[in-house]
Amino acid sequence: MLLLLAILVGVLYGAAVYLLLRRNIFKLILGLIFLGHATNMLLFVAGGLTSGRPAFLRGLEGEAIGMSDPLPQALILTAIVIGLGVTAFALTLVYRFYKVTKTVDFDELSENE
Amino acid sequence: MILVLPIILPLLFMVVLIFTRRWLAFQQGFSIFASIMLTFVSFLILIDVQQNGILAIQPGSWDAPYGITLVADLFSAIMMTTTSFVGIIVMIYSPGFIDKERQTAGYYPLVYGLLMGVNGAFITGDLFNLYVWYEVMLTSSFVLIALGGSAEQLRGSIKYVTINFVASIFFVSAIGILYGQVGTLNMADLAAKMRTWDEPMYINSALMLFFIAFSVKSALVPFFFWLPASYHTPPMAITALFAGTLTKVGVYTMFRFYSLFVVFDQQFWTIFILTLAGLTMFIGVLMAASQFDIRKILSFHIISQVGYMIMGLGIFTATGIAGAIFFTVHNMLSKTNTFLAGGLVYQQSGSYDLKYLGGLYKAKPFLALLFFIPAMSLAGIPPLPGFFGKFFLIKGGFEAQQYFITAVAILTGLFTLFSMVKIWNEAYWKKEPEEVKERGKVHPSALIATSLLAAAVILMGIFAGPVIDICLQAGEQIVNPEMYINAVLKR
Repeated sequence: MLLLLAILVGVLYGAAVYLLLRRNIFKLILGLIFLGHATNMLLFVAGGLTSGRPAFLRGLEGEAIGMSDPLPQALILTAIVIGLGVTAFALTLVYRFYKVTKTVDFDELSENE
Repeated sequence: MILVLPIILPLLFMVVLIFTRRWLAFQQGFSIFASIMLTFVSFLILIDVQQNGILAIQPGSWDAPYGITLVADLFSAIMMTTTSFVGIIVMIYSPGFIDKERQTAGYYPLVYGLLMGVNGAFITGDLFNLYVWYEVMLTSSFVLIALGGSAEQLRGSIKYVTINFVASIFFVSAIGILYGQVGTLNMADLAAKMRTWDEPMYINSALMLFFIAFSVKSALVPFFFWLPASYHTPPMAITALFAGTLTKVGVYTMFRFYSLFVVFDQQFWTIFILTLAGLTMFIGVLMAASQFDIRKILSFHIISQVGYMIMGLGIFTATGIAGAIFFTVHNMLSKTNTFLAGGLVYQQSGSYDLKYLGGLYKAKPFLALLFFIPAMSLAGIPPLPGFFGKFFLIKGGFEAQQYFITAVAILTGLFTLFSMVKIWNEAYWKKEPEEVKERGKVHPSALIATSLLAAAVILMGIFAGPVIDICLQAGEQIVNPEMYINAVLKR
């Protein structure tokens, strides 16, 4: 499972970098989304995987040792929310850019006024 | 509990300002009042920390390694006070510079969002919380830089948003790797655990990721291209606010992390940081000298000045750090001041392009003076604070026997003078060109704000002694991270 997730993180990062290097600004945003998700998965894997042990105790009795760590999941949750906000803003930005310049090509970003 | 105020107050102000968005006069008045209050609170914290040592509180009542800690040492208190002071100036300046559409479209609440993020980043003691404050700050700045939505601004903001998002990704991945290894997010606890750690590999890779993230945000050499490509696009008041605060948060975080987390391979980090510092200051100033737009010259110049601050970090003695802190404070004031003076030039002559400017010294000598003071301070001419900052940095460099970087710093000083004199000659000194753009009038509130800031720069030069004393104490705290660790973990 660990190996599988590690490969998935790698593939996501690869896809993100590929998309970031495209000429189309919309694909750049897709690249940013992939990059965010790759990092969320990285946080998840780096936090340590524990299978079959839930991250909470029933009542107050029970051992905390061997339980899966809830903190990375909380961090990912925060990171997802922040990523969502930034992505929404970036999409709006690109849409406005398209409305103003009628193109989504990177060349339009250079200043030749 | 005074430590929560720098975060809670801007949040409250923001809420008030969002709901009163349409009442322009109220927005303008209230935001000046609010920024003065914020500065007052930060100043109280500064005095408190100076007298009683490092302050640390646990807002959620969870003890140190588990809950989120807020910590203020002298460095963070100094940075907070300076930031909110810059806030006052920009708030006075804005009504006279930013058009009504932008002002009623949420400019004022966004500025307080930005200040909340900056203050949060200065006083948090938790790694992930730091990331959240960074995002609060950046998201506000994203909207501020795009506010108004002209084609030029949109171009700038796409670059700005992309590069900052990627840098944040580096930041979060480093947090993930570090947490996976060490198992804590409290910065003091992390630092304490790292000091007894015997596996440097993962820690070094996480530190390198952190370093890349913060060098993007503070515009160090290989990662600086986004800054001059985006900073000149929004109205000058916004650019001035960014120039005075944002890159300095990156610098602050780098100082904090270096002090707390660099326990392995110090030799490597010293050489690495000093090399980048030298390249940053030199390349930045050369690129500044080759530009013809006031905003672009000043933007490239920010990069060069960040090099000086990082040089103090590379030296890492109390003198070097004190010099860097003094330099940072001076830079936040003077740099903002040059940008604001540039804005006055624009109001007067209708252009930022040096080709269309000229004769301002003859027409408006007071405007010329307002640019002359911070420009000479940046160049490091004696009675002004820039001189003392550079003096202590160079003194620290000699004491630490880092002769090469010191030589580069002195050489860069000459080029700084050159690039400032270039603006001076072209915009103020030479004769007015034949084809002039439409003339305007300088708004009194913009003029008052710029004069106040110029007065603050002069005062900082006159009272350099006491300021340097506080900076030296702050430097001691940075060089001895045990003080920070013990204050947070109550040992």
